[in-house]
Amino acid sequence: MRSGVIAQKMGMMRVFTETGEHVPVTVLKLSNCQVLSHRTKDANGYVALQLGSGTRRARTISKSERGHFAVSKVEPKREVQEFRVSEDALIPVGAEITADHFIAGQFVDVTGTSIGKGFAGGLKRWNFGGLRATHGVSVSHRSIGSTGGRQDPGKTFKNKKMPGHMGVDRITTLNLKVVQTDVERGLIFVEGAVPGAKGGWIRVRDAVKKALPKDAPKPGKFREAASTDAPAAPAAEAQQGEGA
Amino acid sequence: MNLIQTLENEQVVKLSANKTIPEFGPGDTLIVSVKVVEGERTRVQAYEGVCIGRNGAGLNQNFTVRKISYGEGVERVFPLYSPMVDSIKVVRHGKVRRAKLYYLRGLRGKSARITERQDNREAVVAE
Repeated sequence: MRSGVIAQKMGMMRVFTETGEHVPVTVLKLSNCQVLSHRTKDANGYVALQLGSGTRRARTISKSERGHFAVSKVEPKREVQEFRVSEDALIPVGAEITADHFIAGQFVDVTGTSIGKGFAGGLKRWNFGGLRATHGVSVSHRSIGSTGGRQDPGKTFKNKKMPGHMGVDRITTLNLKVVQTDVERGLIFVEGAVPGAKGGWIRVRDAVKKALPKDAPKPGKFREAASTDAPAAPAAEAQQGEGA
Repeated sequence: MNLIQTLENEQVVKLSANKTIPEFGPGDTLIVSVKVVEGERTRVQAYEGVCIGRNGAGLNQNFTVRKISYGEGVERVFPLYSPMVDSIKVVRHGKVRRAKLYYLRGLRGKSARITERQDNREAVVAE
């Protein structure tokens, strides 16, 4: 099981293919998605990678966070998440995952936080039909109607769909196709819509319900952390992870 | 410029690299060469009619061409930068006073004509 990445949703556009079809795509951007630490079987009881993405001003970081980032020798990150991986798919600490981690044509699952809708009625929230426009209905055209039985069962069942807060949920969309990737700018073009607002943090993983293509890089594509403090030429650092 | 606009502009440059898109607007009579895929092979089909409007901007720009085919009005919307549009040729410039010529839909025959634009500007520029 390969690691996923943390990306940022940039917006949607269209891509014309050579055959003339146009494909609606969502542009996801990897902004310095680096490995912060490992979770190992011995120490933690499970195997995972902790990734961080984005940048953060130094003064907004607590001392304990600063210590954590210092251990892995990476810049402070805005978003930190864990990804469960198999033991052979561990990526060294400090490595920056690049966009060609995913290959064009493969399927991914994306997870984001949906746009908040506030307090929404039954029509918007649950696709209720509402009441009639005429035939004596007054004032309550968009009401939810009946919520239960009569003397028996004498109550409204739990989980009855009702108006309430909508949005700001964690939503996973399965099996979105990767149309293309742009390594230099760290962009992944995913076909279709991705949950969440522009600028939101998105988890991108290999699709659980589709087979991973054979030519997908394992354990992943990444740039090793520079051994010296001086930033070396990225071309020299660019290196494919050795086959596990 | 934001990233999406940059990416769209790059695609516009890429798609319009091998062809020239003439200046045209509503009222102009166009011949649009459309690529048609028939099984294995592709051929180019000409579609001639009056441009009745342009919609959108940048990569997402479309234009609508209307013609009367066997007595029936036909309108086709083409994405301006679509690879399926092989070429666009302006046959004549029309003199119109609005951006969308939807009023043509209700007209037939003589009343649906558009007078040609007598443009002297080009001659002045040439001199």
